[in-house]
Amino acid sequence: MKQLVCIGCPRGCRLTVEEKDGEYIVTGNTCPRGKAFAISEMTAPKRTICSTVKTVFAGCPVLPVRVSDDIPKEKIFDVMREINAVTLRERIGRGDVVIENVLGLGVDVISTSDLLKQNINAVSEGAK
Amino acid sequence: MTDVDVIVIGGGPAGLAAAAEADENGARVLIVEREERLGGMLKQCIHDGFGLRRFGERLAGPEYVERFMDKIAQTDIQVQCQTFVTRAEKTDEGFAVTLVSRDGLKTVTGKSLVLATGCRERSAKQVFIHGTRPAGVFTAGTAQHFTNRLGVMPTKKCVILGSGDIGLIMARRLTLEGAQVLGVYEINPTPSGLTRNIHQCLTDYDIPLHLSHTVTRVFGNDRLEAVEVCAVDESYKPIPETAERIECDALIVSVGLIPENELAQSLGVELDRHTGGPVCDAQLMTKVPGIFSCGNALHVNDLVDFVSESGEEAGRNAAAYCAAEQNRVDINIGDEFLYLVPQQLDLNADNSKAVFYFRSKKVVDKSTLRLKVSGEEVWKKTYPFLRPPEMQQLTLDMTKFGIDENSDVRFEIEVVK
Repeated sequence: MKQLVCIGCPRGCRLTVEEKDGEYIVTGNTCPRGKAFAISEMTAPKRTICSTVKTVFAGCPVLPVRVSDDIPKEKIFDVMREINAVTLRERIGRGDVVIENVLGLGVDVISTSDLLKQNINAVSEGAK
Repeated sequence: MTDVDVIVIGGGPAGLAAAAEADENGARVLIVEREERLGGMLKQCIHDGFGLRRFGERLAGPEYVERFMDKIAQTDIQVQCQTFVTRAEKTDEGFAVTLVSRDGLKTVTGKSLVLATGCRERSAKQVFIHGTRPAGVFTAGTAQHFTNRLGVMPTKKCVILGSGDIGLIMARRLTLEGAQVLGVYEINPTPSGLTRNIHQCLTDYDIPLHLSHTVTRVFGNDRLEAVEVCAVDESYKPIPETAERIECDALIVSVGLIPENELAQSLGVELDRHTGGPVCDAQLMTKVPGIFSCGNALHVNDLVDFVSESGEEAGRNAAAYCAAEQNRVDINIGDEFLYLVPQQLDLNADNSKAVFYFRSKKVVDKSTLRLKVSGEEVWKKTYPFLRPPEMQQLTLDMTKFGIDENSDVRFEIEVVK
């Protein structure tokens, strides 16, 4: 028996998972997401990661990115290394792909902001 | 005639939602924003989890807020960034707001005002830490700005004081970027942040959480070199024999948020000491007619989805505002509440879908929320648990309970034994 806290939404349900004859019995969840989360935690835990990539643009030194879907938990730091190896030289927009099929995991690293599309000197200018 | 109908002060998620909704309801709208871009705090909240309620998706902060910015760009709403409000005053026609920007000084008039000014972080100076004044003491929001907007790491090895959500999010963020987060110290016996953040930000990365502990001293001259941590007793007093010195180069404080309401106060708006935000009715109008409040300026929310909803409520009512006579009754709460918003009900307004936000004062198991009108129970709902970090929202038809101006309207929370 294992106690978990669901991270599917801010409610934070306390879950209990029990393995019985190769099947997982989940209690404490209020919705189907909780059950799916508990089973995934027992078999192959997954997480989303969000970070930033460097750019060559002075007004916007970093652009926020995330993975397009959950990745295996044990791959988090490997994907972070890939993200930190990028330097953006194009003014890409929100939702555009930064790294396609990162490490062959079947998910992309995508931009989460239109910061580079907005014609503005943003941060560094304003901060002076 | 006034320059515009509705002046929205603050271009974060609350202000954007208020402006869009006011525009939709036919008002001429101006948004005043002091930063160079719209979006407020969400510009630097690059983590995901926003919009689950509103869009059914787990968006990053910029993704969420840019959807509203895209919508604003399609309208005739006027936007003034890098503009400060230095003064606001009541006039015969509504309000006159003095703005300072690169273009100089100017006064804009409007019929109603929406205060969407957000909140500020409580700083290290407000939590009594002894010692020197070295560099390396940051609020979690400042550390987040450095990391996520400027691309600069503020620390290699740090201690976090307080378990507020931004602190937890930053513990994970800094760990992902290669920093060592030695521990999170929380003076309270229970965490301040959302339970899921404790798990996905700390447990996932083996970052220890020390409850009933605080930072009592900082060391270092130019740069922070170490902090002293201590366990505290039930009355939050540090226990000297538990003191421990921890070598680190930064102390990140995440010790609460305070609604920003100096402008509201200058206009004579009464604040609620529990929320730090204005006393409002269900239309989110403050006690000064024509002034509305929403988002984190009204009370500190844990979900941006609720911030947007309150913005829309305020924007819609600000657009429709006309100086109609009000008939307000107080909504009282029991001691079990940390707070409840709104604090009043205008019986002349439409209260068929009144939205309430509340937090319990303590972590409690199965509890019943009761609404009593002059001592008589008229409505109840049972919750499996209530936790102060997790705000509750409910919509009630307040017209069916026979409330009049002499009624004693009261919410109570009772723990089910």
